[in-house]
Amino acid sequence: MSQQPTTTELSLNLDEPVDQRPPLLLGDNSFRGITEAVCRPVEWVPPRGWYIFFGVSLALLGVLVLSTAYLFYMGTGIWGLNNPVGWGWAIVNFVFWVGIGHAGTLISAILFLFRQRWRTSINRFAEAMTIFAVMCALLFPTIHVGRVWVIYWALPYPNQMGIWPNFRSPLLWDVFAVSIYGSVSLLFWYMGLLPDLATLRDRAKSQLRRVIYGIFALGWRGSHRHWQHYERAYLILAAISTPLVLSVHSIVSFDFAVSQLPGWHTTIFPPYFVAGAIFSGFAMVVTLMTIARTVFGLEHIVTRRHFENMAKVMLLTGSIVGYAYAMEFFIAWYSGNPFERFVFLNRAFGPYAWAYWIMVTCNVIVPQTFWFKRLRRSLLWLFIASILVNIGMWFERFVITVTSLHRDFLPSSWDYYSPTFWDICALVGSFGLFFTMFSLFVRFLPQVAMAEVKAIVPAAHVHHATLHPAAPHAGPGAPAAPGAAPAGSLATPASLPQEA
Amino acid sequence: MAEHAADPTWGVLAEFASPTALYRACEQLRDAGFTRWDAHSPFPVHGLDRAMGLRPSRLPWVVFGGGMLGAAGGLGLQWWTSTIAYPQVIAGKPHFSWPAFVPVTFELGVLAAALACVLGMLHFNRLPRLHHPIFRSTRFEGVSDDRFFISIEAADPRFDPSATPGWLTQLGATQVELLAE
Repeated sequence: MSQQPTTTELSLNLDEPVDQRPPLLLGDNSFRGITEAVCRPVEWVPPRGWYIFFGVSLALLGVLVLSTAYLFYMGTGIWGLNNPVGWGWAIVNFVFWVGIGHAGTLISAILFLFRQRWRTSINRFAEAMTIFAVMCALLFPTIHVGRVWVIYWALPYPNQMGIWPNFRSPLLWDVFAVSIYGSVSLLFWYMGLLPDLATLRDRAKSQLRRVIYGIFALGWRGSHRHWQHYERAYLILAAISTPLVLSVHSIVSFDFAVSQLPGWHTTIFPPYFVAGAIFSGFAMVVTLMTIARTVFGLEHIVTRRHFENMAKVMLLTGSIVGYAYAMEFFIAWYSGNPFERFVFLNRAFGPYAWAYWIMVTCNVIVPQTFWFKRLRRSLLWLFIASILVNIGMWFERFVITVTSLHRDFLPSSWDYYSPTFWDICALVGSFGLFFTMFSLFVRFLPQVAMAEVKAIVPAAHVHHATLHPAAPHAGPGAPAAPGAAPAGSLATPASLPQEA
Repeated sequence: MAEHAADPTWGVLAEFASPTALYRACEQLRDAGFTRWDAHSPFPVHGLDRAMGLRPSRLPWVVFGGGMLGAAGGLGLQWWTSTIAYPQVIAGKPHFSWPAFVPVTFELGVLAAALACVLGMLHFNRLPRLHHPIFRSTRFEGVSDDRFFISIEAADPRFDPSATPGWLTQLGATQVELLAE
């Protein structure tokens, strides 16, 4: 399998901890080559495909704006909500979008702590995805409250009513968890962007670009005294984002688990939700990355090895999700609780059985194909599978939310929930918001963390072995060898300036 | 650049061809006792802290303080609102039912720690600072691409406008230029 890259490419891989692995980066991985490849989509006139994609996304965003305006005018009655099912698609979409975001933080924080260097090619992309997904997620509970103009009542602030929020409610925990998750992700993302914004500033051809990127780069000048604090800050943010991301979907699951409803009131929910979140988030990264690397010519930075690794994470988290489904059934039977048992039989064989089996097919069966290396490395199958997984994960939230509600303890109040036109508009429109933000991101910001990728190429390492042979005739006066030599031939294209 | 002759001099900027050359020169500067100088690179060069003789960042203490303040503030807010400002018996729990307050306490602690982390990093680095004499050099634009530099300020006691540039060349600098204030 390592025969795909050419011999020169393999020689770049000498410092990999495990032999026989394909290199992280293929092709031109000089510093300049990385800068050029990553900056090109930001500095060139985008291909026509970008305009088409942006146009469609903008149209879908328009759907969101119009349907939300109508919602504000009419109220939540335009949705398919009915008496037992008070949480419809809005909450399904909320949990779906929060989950999507989790892969970004996992890649940026947890994989950083585990020293998984392959993350550097995809972390920027995944972090951007997190932020846009959290924006979509925050939208849904906000518009679901009905009287959206008083949404600020959810915040603890001194008011003339003399009341304070109920801090014992998981719904309030959610307000804090998701908004703080969004804020911290934004901070982390922006800090990671600083050196790359400086690159764009320094390469800017027009005064306007120079000023705008310059302001956002905050005057970054690659100083090592700065890098020292910066790297420390990066490590700390990764360390505090890790428990944060695990807490966020746990708290989202508390929305369900802290209630007394059969099918919701289970202790397995927090880990099960977190695994599902990472599962769906990685699927979304795969979907987007497959498109973006082709459109923007980043195949040598985001390689098959990255996709294979992501497939492995999906296999793991997908298996955890499958285990959780099985365990829910086991506990429903083992607990001997008739209500619990009814809910789960109703899930699998009741009126929503179609949704349940879509969920099982997409989330349990599809990822099991990743046991096969051929399928892990097939971009076509990964692309299809990642979309199936996200369909499945949306249905998981639908199944959890709707099947537990639609047949509650009192059979006289049972009802069947189905979405209306406006529910569909809100979901489709949220994809519009997500993809609009994404189109703007790939157009105006570097989608690969250049500074981080440069730091992992072999030419970036200080070669101590070549330091010492020079030592005998060293001393302040000793002329050093021309710098390209110590870093080996690999460094040559990087360290020679192209123009005077 | 045109500012070569301009006075007063801010300092000297020397370019090095690779991380290894930069590392070696930094060790020499450190051993020669320079204090107001810096290395510049497109990415953090591993181990350069040692080569430059930098002390570890104090940022962790700032973040720890910020996080603890945030968490204490969060718990305090929930204690005060639910026992003094607006005491309500909910679900038969005591007014100060602290286990229910853990999530918000934790989240606010994380928020404060993250803010302290980023703002603290910027404070230690004296950023934002949009203008800096070093930006007068057009070569320096490559610092965010593929170039490596060392800058020594004229304010450094060991800086000598006639000798230091030549010494930097001996250390392996490929280009040396003086920068105006």
